[in-house]
Amino acid sequence: MAEYSAFSLLKNALTGNRDWKPAWRKPDPKPSYDVIVVGGGGHGLSTAYYLAKEHGITNVAVLEKGWLGSGNVGRNTTIVRSNYLYPQSIRFYEHSMRLWENLSHDLNYNVMFSQRGILNLAHTPAQFDDYARRGNAMRHGGGDAELLDPDQIARLYPGLDVSASARFPVVGGLLQPKAGTARHDAVAWGYARGADRRGVDIIENCEVTGFLRDGDRITGVTTSRGEIRAAKVAVAVAGSTGHVMKLAGIDKLPIESHLLQAFVSESLKPILPGVITWGGGHLYVSQSDKGGLVFGGDLDGYNSYAQRGNLPLVEEVMSELLAMFPAFARVRLLRSWGGVMDMSMDGSPIITTGPLPGMYLNCGWCYGGFKATPASGWCFAHTIARDEPHEINAPFTLDRFHRGILIDEKGQGSTPKLH
Amino acid sequence: MLINCPYCGPRDLSEFSYQGDGNRTRPDPASTDQAEWNAYVYDRTNIAGDHNEIWQHAGGCRAHLRLTRNTLTHKITSVSFARDERHKKPHGHRRSGAHS
Repeated sequence: MAEYSAFSLLKNALTGNRDWKPAWRKPDPKPSYDVIVVGGGGHGLSTAYYLAKEHGITNVAVLEKGWLGSGNVGRNTTIVRSNYLYPQSIRFYEHSMRLWENLSHDLNYNVMFSQRGILNLAHTPAQFDDYARRGNAMRHGGGDAELLDPDQIARLYPGLDVSASARFPVVGGLLQPKAGTARHDAVAWGYARGADRRGVDIIENCEVTGFLRDGDRITGVTTSRGEIRAAKVAVAVAGSTGHVMKLAGIDKLPIESHLLQAFVSESLKPILPGVITWGGGHLYVSQSDKGGLVFGGDLDGYNSYAQRGNLPLVEEVMSELLAMFPAFARVRLLRSWGGVMDMSMDGSPIITTGPLPGMYLNCGWCYGGFKATPASGWCFAHTIARDEPHEINAPFTLDRFHRGILIDEKGQGSTPKLH
Repeated sequence: MLINCPYCGPRDLSEFSYQGDGNRTRPDPASTDQAEWNAYVYDRTNIAGDHNEIWQHAGGCRAHLRLTRNTLTHKITSVSFARDERHKKPHGHRRSGAHS
């Protein structure tokens, strides 16, 4: 019987809820493991889960410097989508979507995945043509996409300003019905519990302070809780990639750490049926199950490892939200926060063996890491277990920049603040 | 964040535009060394701490500025005109012919 079920809920209710087990243990680190995963965020935890589930490697430690879910997995706007243009991206994110669709069942943990659709608004005929091209690519790659006209959009989103007098009038939109949102904390907790139940040690408050080496080969890590050895050390630390890789002597990477802010309003009655993005600038908003508007926009635009942002960007994001929904002018903001994004030079991630022997690297998620959580861990686990990438993540190499085979969805070139 | 422009004085962040990492050195334009150009275009030190970077006072005097700003705290410890160091650049003028 599953640990969490209607029956177990009833049984524990009748016995005073005294018999629930913690979702994961708090083990002390062992002196050595088969695999160490540095970083207890979404990607690190899903990597550990799929190492155990798909590859039978259970002698694994996940090392997290803070508490579980304290980084970007708890700081995003919870959007899950796979509306990409290039075949490499479509293959990867469609794989992620298929894992999302079965995730609650797979983990026996409700991640509240809700396929309420994402609608990208177009404000010029050229932008609409571009969306048509992207929609065709998505459908060609096995995904789902529909072009909507302003009347259809107005019916879906009654509060949206679709008037011809808007500063950036809506000329249409691209809808991906299978996209949606998931409860981000539950994703971290579900993967942690799933990995823990399969024997993985999740070690919180354990900061990696250096790497153990035998010549070039990485043989373990030094941490705030002592030395831990492992045949394979996998790094999945998102915004901290630059900092952690310097500890291994890798001084330069095609990554810049940038700051992204996000916002939640007070609770409202249901007004937004799905996720909607503004194409006149950059804004994405959805409504949480509690009723709060969850939204964000562009990066602050300068290198930063501080998990807090500045006010000019706050003003810009609010202006964009009000350009879409003038009625939100009187909604009060509940809270805002910042996260550190590992912006790559082409806007696509890196999931690879190396760059040193015994080491594996997962980074470059820009600000799209949350939706990739299942496929990222799935592909990274394969790469670690087999010492070679799966065909799905084979294009996402570290050396693609120097070899000229970039996966630049937005065509922005090596300007990370614009991806 | 306030940036103390040496010409205009302390001004709000919104007047400035970020030009990027100031640790990079553009190779000689005549250079055909692919590794050198790749490193210039794609590789970053991405420092957590005092960061050397270029900003432009786009909404003010339009001068390019070199800042030292801490990427963990956003504290700015030095601001100077980027033009003042032109003479120090190894490839500030175009040389004829390729070099390795």
